[in-house]
Amino acid sequence: MAKEYVDLNTPVIEMRNIVKKFGDFVANDGINLTVHKGEIHAILGENGAGKSTLMNQLYGLLKPTSGDILVNGRKIEMNNPRDAIAAGIGMVHQHFMLVQPFTVTENIVLGTEPTKGPKLDMATARRNVVEISERYGLSIDPDARIEDISVGMQQRVEILKALYRGADILILDEPTSSLTPQEITELIAIMHNLVKDGKSIIIITHKLKEIKESADYCTIIRLGKYIGTVDVDEVDENGLASMMVGRNVTFKVDKPEQEPGEVVLDVKDLHCKDYRDIEIVKGLNLQVRRGEIVGIAGIDGNGQTELVEVITGLRKGVSGQVLVNGVDVFNKSPAFGFDHGVSSIPADRQKHGLVLDFSIEDNLILQNYGEAPYSKKSVLQRDPIFAHATESIEQYDIRPKQSEKRPAGTLSGGNQQKVIIAREVQNDKDLLIAVNPTRGLDVGAIEYVHKYIVDQRNKGKAVLLVSFELDEIMSLSDIIDVIFDGQIVAAIPGKEANENDLGLLMAGGEKA
Amino acid sequence: MTKKKNFLDVISENRFIHILLSILLGFLVGAIFLIAMGLSVGEAYGRLLSSVTNLKGFSYVVVYAIPYIVVGLSVAFSFKTGVFNIGAEGQYVVGSMAACCTSILCGGLPKPVLIILCFLTAMIAGAVWGIIVGFLKTKWGINEVLSMIMFNWIAFYLSNFIAGLPAIKNEGTAEATKNIAANASTLFSKDFINSLGLCPTANWGIFVAMAVTVLVWFIIEKTTLGYELKAVGYNKFAAEYGGIHVNRSILTALAISGALAGLGGALQLMGMGGRISIFTSQEGYGFAGIVVALIGCSNPFGVFVAGLFYGALMYGGSKLNLVGVPTQLINVIVGTVVFFIAISVIFENLKRLKSRSRRKAEAPKPKKADERKEEKS
Repeated sequence: MAKEYVDLNTPVIEMRNIVKKFGDFVANDGINLTVHKGEIHAILGENGAGKSTLMNQLYGLLKPTSGDILVNGRKIEMNNPRDAIAAGIGMVHQHFMLVQPFTVTENIVLGTEPTKGPKLDMATARRNVVEISERYGLSIDPDARIEDISVGMQQRVEILKALYRGADILILDEPTSSLTPQEITELIAIMHNLVKDGKSIIIITHKLKEIKESADYCTIIRLGKYIGTVDVDEVDENGLASMMVGRNVTFKVDKPEQEPGEVVLDVKDLHCKDYRDIEIVKGLNLQVRRGEIVGIAGIDGNGQTELVEVITGLRKGVSGQVLVNGVDVFNKSPAFGFDHGVSSIPADRQKHGLVLDFSIEDNLILQNYGEAPYSKKSVLQRDPIFAHATESIEQYDIRPKQSEKRPAGTLSGGNQQKVIIAREVQNDKDLLIAVNPTRGLDVGAIEYVHKYIVDQRNKGKAVLLVSFELDEIMSLSDIIDVIFDGQIVAAIPGKEANENDLGLLMAGGEKA
Repeated sequence: MTKKKNFLDVISENRFIHILLSILLGFLVGAIFLIAMGLSVGEAYGRLLSSVTNLKGFSYVVVYAIPYIVVGLSVAFSFKTGVFNIGAEGQYVVGSMAACCTSILCGGLPKPVLIILCFLTAMIAGAVWGIIVGFLKTKWGINEVLSMIMFNWIAFYLSNFIAGLPAIKNEGTAEATKNIAANASTLFSKDFINSLGLCPTANWGIFVAMAVTVLVWFIIEKTTLGYELKAVGYNKFAAEYGGIHVNRSILTALAISGALAGLGGALQLMGMGGRISIFTSQEGYGFAGIVVALIGCSNPFGVFVAGLFYGALMYGGSKLNLVGVPTQLINVIVGTVVFFIAISVIFENLKRLKSRSRRKAEAPKPKKADERKEEKS
């Protein structure tokens, strides 16, 4: 983009040689960051590279071990976020911090409410909120309750909250991770509006495409070290990716043509209710055949989560059939489904995927602990369990090495996911269900996870992929099923799909 | 300063040192009370020590410790498997009463058969008491802590009711059951006791407690059953996803925990009590079990040692009034110990405070990496 608003003579943030140590572990090792007025600056790095640590220091949540932070040319010391806010810095966290039953206005003014005598002056508050939202083109309904509005709207509320507190520098932590493609486009437009008004934005992300679309400059961090700051116009996505992981990364998923075989998963006229007891899956039909990946594209809340829960046996459905190799697993236990060919990579790896307090070796046998060679006559056999873990750690590149006995909770997110994948792939079942398998992972890990999913397909397994990442769905799927309002509304061959059509279908519209 | 920080580091990372320190603090607080009452600390603690460090005294300690160890194992087992067995008290009472009835009603059976039968009925009674609560929890989602506390009272009145039945009640004036059959006693022979100079209630229940300790350790650490139960205890969602039957596991855990508490009741009755009185207040073994499990860090071998320690405090404490010290001092000490064990959080915070002020003083020195959790990018 054109950097038309960047004022290179006015640095607003300077972080100089920032070092942050946690014991012997160096999270940030001499990082430099300069952000100017009117600039959108991306911070790029793998999971665990130290991005959030760096930003938490800028927002007063952590104190640097050494190094200086300058805001508007003045060196300041921040002990808590209050100091950061006073210095004009606002942060929008990945997980929003909003009071659900409160209205938009109430949330925005929370903590700085205008008062009239002892009374809350809601009328003034509402007027202020409307005024500020119009000024930056962030349209919101000031009277809507947070629980009733979409994730994209909630994010706007968070941004407005920061602006309302007088922030001139906004830190956005993984702002697009839960947005639809349309919402992402709108967010980028909002960001441009803000810099036009002289604000500066720091965006933490590992999505290269968005950096290309929105940022002016990008600072890359790898393993806590400062790699460099680049002009986004002068590098391509591949260049950014290799700077981030320190090697060449392939984005193209290598997928040979192959004819799918017989049907493995056959979901017929499925109905089920969500946690509020409202019907959410409404007569859904779905088939997955051997040797193909079927991707489910849809906006969160259209029934995909519940669909997977019913197939894996975690949720009871109302009616319908779920045939796996001809056996109906509908309303049976997860163990029954597993015995009849269902394996899955769950959406919430820490809740469903792993026992975080268990060691890695114990997590790797979560479904097989009762079988030879891992147990004999109900007594666990530690040697084969350990050997299995050593082999899996090697084969699936789980890091750190020699971590067989370490609790799974001590691993990074990407490596936790590798443990789950190692387990589920080695189970060698006919059906693999993967839900958001790369959420929160960096490109290196994503490349790796994709490779294993495609491997399963090439080996003749049926793969059902549910993901909120359209790019992932489009690059992996042989067939894309669009889910809307509890039904599959369209099935498009993967090669013919494009983002616009899918986005429209996902929102309940017709294909152009 | 550095020295002090390392000291706090050690405490928060090493459970063993933490426990020892808590015990020390318990005695320290006890000493403050003694001084406040104008009593001699040396004399009180000297008496406590001297009454347990001779053979006869120590044999008393062991006898006292048997039920504490086994009930402690019951609670520790429940901690490991994610349920909090506050109902050990009730399971102990029904177990004890079941063994008592068995011994009275089947007193004619040969000794080994009767003893095993008593153990079994006690364990079954305790297990049933645990399973009922587990059933209420898994079937209707009734909070187990609440129902367990209620079941403690049900056990209390049930025991009193049975103790008053004609077939069970003592023929004399004593408000208690008949004495258990001689064949159900686990006491050592009189000659053996006299020749060694042990206490009159010395019995071989301690060997049962040892065996149970090893067995519980084996189940938790070595078997697929232990694996399942722990998985459910740590993360029942992942366990269910992995194909473990969560409800069945909860029931199994409560049954085993209940059986252990019931066995504790039988061991106390058959080795020490000899009969069951009509209660006027709860026995307290179940609650002592919680303390023992806490001091023992829920580790079976730790619980064994903690049970002995608790037994020593109880027996030694009962001798304190000989030197004019109220026996309640022991409650002060135990309460303080539990308090300091439970607030390990305070040590954590102290440590964080220290490291923060150290950082302010800008003297960066490497320290143990236990804050890595914060480093999540």
